[in-house]
Amino acid sequence: MDAAVQARPAAPQPSMRVTIHAPVPYLLHLADNALVLGQRNAEWCGHAPILEEDLAMANNSLDLIGQARLLYQHAAERLNTPGPTSSRPRGAAWPAGPVTEDTLAYFRDVPDFANYTLLELPHSPGLVPAAGGERDWATTIVRNYLYSALMVLVWERLEQSTDTQLAAIAAKSIKETRYHLRHSRDWLVRLGDGTDESARRTQAALDYLLPFTEEFWSACAAESAALDNASGADVPSLRAAWDAEVDSAIADAGLKRPAAVKGYVPQGKSGVHSEHLGYVLAEMQSLARVHPGAQW
Amino acid sequence: MSNAQPALKDWPLWEVFVRSKQGLEHKHCGSLHASDAAHALQMARDVYTRRQEGVSIWVMPSHLIAASDPDDKDQLFDPASDKIYRHPTFYEIPEEVGHM
Repeated sequence: MDAAVQARPAAPQPSMRVTIHAPVPYLLHLADNALVLGQRNAEWCGHAPILEEDLAMANNSLDLIGQARLLYQHAAERLNTPGPTSSRPRGAAWPAGPVTEDTLAYFRDVPDFANYTLLELPHSPGLVPAAGGERDWATTIVRNYLYSALMVLVWERLEQSTDTQLAAIAAKSIKETRYHLRHSRDWLVRLGDGTDESARRTQAALDYLLPFTEEFWSACAAESAALDNASGADVPSLRAAWDAEVDSAIADAGLKRPAAVKGYVPQGKSGVHSEHLGYVLAEMQSLARVHPGAQW
Repeated sequence: MSNAQPALKDWPLWEVFVRSKQGLEHKHCGSLHASDAAHALQMARDVYTRRQEGVSIWVMPSHLIAASDPDDKDQLFDPASDKIYRHPTFYEIPEEVGHM
């Protein structure tokens, strides 16, 4: 544990019977990350390079969407409980009635989503059409790798969250995320150490995606609020561990880490997104919005 | 991807065996294409244990399996069909032994 973690307020003793809740915007940040990447990875369903990886990527999506569901359910419960945290995110309870996991996923809009910009990008490096561009497996793998390497560290911290429900979600999610890391790291090394073409594509994906990870390292308002009651993870403090993991994988893959460039730091987690998220949400939400409340 | 070689041309076939719980044997459940053993294990996990089918996986290269020739079926297996005395069905089993 580093100094920043030790400086947090001490967890209350059970006898105090104080229930600590992670701030709802923080839960939504975690949930939106999982949902948006799960939706993106699901684009490979039926289109992956080989049958086995088609199943693997569908499994990955279902893990992520499952994590999102638990987090949205937790947030919805908070939002439906009268109190200081019950001010509802825009769109979160449309058309009417209580907030649910579905209303949070299907009726909020782009500026209300708090996922990392990295996770909403298409499966292609560089400038491509916003939708329908050819998917690049190396981009998918590099993104899953960069995100899983972070989330293994984040879920480890969140297992100690003062929000016991979030700690339970973390304990379930970390097993899935460890496998996602193993799967994506394995492919990263195979592709980087594979043919000239696979190495070229993987390096291009790395060069393109790595700058987007800058967003990890400065806490947004929701993350700071979660640190205040020790329910959240101090992500900027995880940077050295993440860098060490990423550097070792890049070395194993025979790739080069692009030089750090001081540039624009994405702010997806604060609701400022790239042009790509709108297309993701349009595809994901259109059915629920045409038939709100539909059952099947 | 237009000029890429189909990956399956280069990847050998592996047979997958899954143990459904501790104490039971590994059972053959299918095959898949993979570039090496570690890769085959990982893909077997995703293809064959999605519904909690297993607690352990074995994989082996399919070409290492020596198989009997289907044309030899008559001489190999039919001679056993009229030798019912090889089944231990002619013994009285004491109650206390229970199910065998």
